[in-house]
Amino acid sequence: MNNRYELNKNLAQMLKGGVIMDVTTAEQARIAQEAGACAVMALERIPADIRSAGGVSRMSDPKMIKSIQAAVSIPVMAKVRIGHFAEAQILEAIEIDYIDESEVLSPADDTYHIDKTGFSVPFVCGAKDLGEALRRISEGASMIRTKGEPGTGDVVQAVRHMRLINQQIRTIQNTREDELFQAAKDLQVPYELVQLVNETGKLPVVNFAAGGIATPADAALMMQLGAEGVFVGSGIFKSGNPAKRAQAIVKAVTNYNDAKLLAELSEDLGEAMVGINEQEIDLLMAQRGL
Amino acid sequence: MATTIGVLAVQGAFAEHINALEQLGVHGIEIRKPADLTDHPLDGLILPGGESTVIGKLLRELALFEPLKDLIEAGLPVLGTCAGLILLASKIAEDDTIHFGTMNMVARRNAYGRQLGSFQTEAEFDACGQIPMVFIRAPYIETVGHDVDILARVDHHIVAARQGNMVVTSFHPELTADLTVHQYFLRLVQQRILQTYLVR
Repeated sequence: MNNRYELNKNLAQMLKGGVIMDVTTAEQARIAQEAGACAVMALERIPADIRSAGGVSRMSDPKMIKSIQAAVSIPVMAKVRIGHFAEAQILEAIEIDYIDESEVLSPADDTYHIDKTGFSVPFVCGAKDLGEALRRISEGASMIRTKGEPGTGDVVQAVRHMRLINQQIRTIQNTREDELFQAAKDLQVPYELVQLVNETGKLPVVNFAAGGIATPADAALMMQLGAEGVFVGSGIFKSGNPAKRAQAIVKAVTNYNDAKLLAELSEDLGEAMVGINEQEIDLLMAQRGL
Repeated sequence: MATTIGVLAVQGAFAEHINALEQLGVHGIEIRKPADLTDHPLDGLILPGGESTVIGKLLRELALFEPLKDLIEAGLPVLGTCAGLILLASKIAEDDTIHFGTMNMVARRNAYGRQLGSFQTEAEFDACGQIPMVFIRAPYIETVGHDVDILARVDHHIVAARQGNMVVTSFHPELTADLTVHQYFLRLVQQRILQTYLVR
């Protein structure tokens, strides 16, 4: 693909080993930057509140996003509804650094995702298996994250999605070349991308964990399972001491293999977000946009 | 003994630097905690790209700041790319933050604007010819002290420089297949190894 796509993949590479935090105000954005976030996701309501409020949830007010852009020097991301390319055009017009075409918002299109190849700004998309990840990449996504289950504080789905994506990558890596054609059909993705995964043993873009991460231990778990960084949504500003928890999660992502340090980081963080088990919720956001 | 380069690995694109070093037959090790500095004697240090606010903060909180600053001031060859350049700058424009501050220059963060301003180009690097340069939300150097050599300019802005043991680029040599900058840095490393050997 073109040079712009390479530059957009490159920005994701710079975010690796970092934590991207959901923020709803300029003040929260400053707290996040101060705590060591490598980027912030600007949105009007964090997923836990979207979940409890119900109704249609949409792209945030550009004015609110601009106030966050003005407040911090790190990259600012924002969400659009799946398939809502007009919302994406608006975010591109205000020079957002990354667009998240996200299942957290109400989908605008139940069949088609945005043709992301037509944009200059980069996109990150959620995936729960390798087929979804490669379909989003073929549509032009330059970064992937697990879907997990946003707004729950329950990490089980992020773990399931990360394990599945990596299992499927290992399977493709060990598939005979003449069987890759059928693998592409089974995954419903372009043959060229399957061939690339077969050769390299990884996704052609950076892959973060997202959805339900609430503690330093959750972050370390996802990193040890192969995530290249994490998104933390409701987990920080729904907890008792956001600044302290945010800092602890940042350090946990850097030192995800150092159990002794993780023990120190996990101490005395105040109350974690309450959380909902996946069995207790009616709306599975991860089922949106396949 | 094989040459060993420490690559600061608290956040950012450190794996890409280790990969570039490996292609040149040099051993790159990840630096995440103070013990990583004492476990292996280092011949050089790379400060990679990433978010300078994050890296600067983690350096201090993981107790890496002082030992790394001591090593740099003692003359250990260091290559700083993008965020690494910001860490070494003695002054950041419109910002009171100073990290190591060991290199005599004023750097401007996000000098080309947001991600839409990121770009790739080719330009002359020192006497090594034209090389590809990738700029991602990049800084540039506004001014340098008299003891700093300018290694590259793009559109009249300084994008690479050297002061003694310190080499900085505002672009990302680790993101292209071209190894010129790493080779340039490793020549510096070899010179220092030789000098240390002769002094002994």
